[in-house]
Amino acid sequence: MYILKRFLFYVSIFWAAITLNFILPRMMPGNAASSVIARARGQMPPQAIKALELAFGINNHTPMIKQYFGYLWNTLHGDFGVSFTYFPEPVVQVIRSALPWTLFLIGSSTILGFLIGTVLGIYSGWRRDSMLADGAPSLLFMILNSIPQFWVALVFLFILSYKLGWFPIAHAYDISIPVTFSWQFVLSVLYYATLPLLALVITSLGGWSIGMRNNLVSVLSEDYIMLAHMKGLPDRQIMMNYGARNAMLPQITGFALAIGGIVGGAVVVEVVFSYPGIGYALYQAVSNHDYPLMQTIFLIIVIAVLLANFLVDVLYSWLDPRVADV
Amino acid sequence: MGTNSLGQDVFSQLVYGTRVSLLVAFAAGILTTFISLVVGITAGYLRGIADGILNWITNVFIVLPGLPLLIIVSSYWNTKSEWPIILIISMTSWAYGARSLRAQTLTLRERDYVLHARLVGRSWWKVVGTEILPNMLSLVISGLLFSMIGALLAEAGLDFLGLGNVNTVSWGVMLYWAQNNEAMVNGLWWWFVPPGAAIAIFGGALALINFSIDEITNPRLRRKKVKLNG
Repeated sequence: MYILKRFLFYVSIFWAAITLNFILPRMMPGNAASSVIARARGQMPPQAIKALELAFGINNHTPMIKQYFGYLWNTLHGDFGVSFTYFPEPVVQVIRSALPWTLFLIGSSTILGFLIGTVLGIYSGWRRDSMLADGAPSLLFMILNSIPQFWVALVFLFILSYKLGWFPIAHAYDISIPVTFSWQFVLSVLYYATLPLLALVITSLGGWSIGMRNNLVSVLSEDYIMLAHMKGLPDRQIMMNYGARNAMLPQITGFALAIGGIVGGAVVVEVVFSYPGIGYALYQAVSNHDYPLMQTIFLIIVIAVLLANFLVDVLYSWLDPRVADV
Repeated sequence: MGTNSLGQDVFSQLVYGTRVSLLVAFAAGILTTFISLVVGITAGYLRGIADGILNWITNVFIVLPGLPLLIIVSSYWNTKSEWPIILIISMTSWAYGARSLRAQTLTLRERDYVLHARLVGRSWWKVVGTEILPNMLSLVISGLLFSMIGALLAEAGLDFLGLGNVNTVSWGVMLYWAQNNEAMVNGLWWWFVPPGAAIAIFGGALALINFSIDEITNPRLRRKKVKLNG
């Protein structure tokens, strides 16, 4: 029952997102589509003009409500039109080639950041009276956490790639290597991902670590921890089985949500490294006024986030059955 | 700090850019907090249908991904000043605050002193103003600081992508021009290091204030660890 209710809720959000996609271009001052057509006068192929007209409902006299249902129909059938930036590729194709890169890069950096950050957080929360274990790292993380990710990426790129020449400056793999599952290709992919990974992990560590630390410190003030101490249980057992275990729940929620955010995760960092993922495609779409591509990427991101949220709900009602009672 | 591609002094730009960056951070922070206060308290205090609707809207905005939405909305909106950016940032970031303020209001309104104030017939805005608001001040302030950091970073990102108002100077716009004029290739680190460092220092400072407020107001974080078998 609870799960069904949550599911319906997400369906309603999905509808809201689709509708937003329909309303936004129509709400804007001037007509976004006609200005694109005007700028590309004579050079825009008829399919593209048709796609634009479809997406924006210009040059046709069908009533708004009918346009809306036509748009819904197309969207639900995965008909997103043709991308202008990568003409004549259909939008779906562009996304299909960009998605794996983002899943790989942002996915692995999210997992790494979560694991390292959580372990560090347990350590500093447990030894919270120590300057070296808690004070200094917490301070450092706090600051790292409020630096723009893309700027850290820029600084790394400048020092490690431009100055020292250790890492490539752009793209996701060596283009002279054929794209197959060969060792050579895999190594090249890893090599090209090192810098963006480093920048993403370093800037996200702090959030996980401080979150875990604060959860743990709160849990450690509970009575059952004191009882465990009085029973004379070893510190290590109290820290892991009593403390960290109970402090993990919010972290897991956060992690699942971060997984959902992966698709739309690091637009600006991908732009810095010209990494051919979804974020970079979104940037291309925005700078080229490629509205069909832009809208579709937004929908894909929303779907990912909704799926992750739904999984969190399922997971949560399983880990902590009380939530389903509310 | 040298000069930029047009021979303008980087240090002067940095100082001048502070205005825009801080304006966006402060204004968007305050506006965001204001929206979440209004929505959160109204939903939590009125309950019923109003709560149902407001809560649905809040949850929609929590789930909709912030930065992509920000990028898309600002690409439609041709910006000639900072205010559209401030507005868009606030519109996309108020939901988290609203949710926690609603939860806080829900528990506060059942407290005895609040019930008392309501029973003696004080008007709702007096009850909210004197009994409920003061009791969630630390939550409000921490939300304010968080949204200021968020706005600062969001503005820097948008400007860097060239989606902000690139005709005025802000820290993010300086980064945009540095990137556009190929500071990297030419080894001109002073084009992009100072504005980024300024953002980092300001953001870090806000985070530290936030952390201290947390330590002071949250008794669980303040209490020393109990150690019995040492």
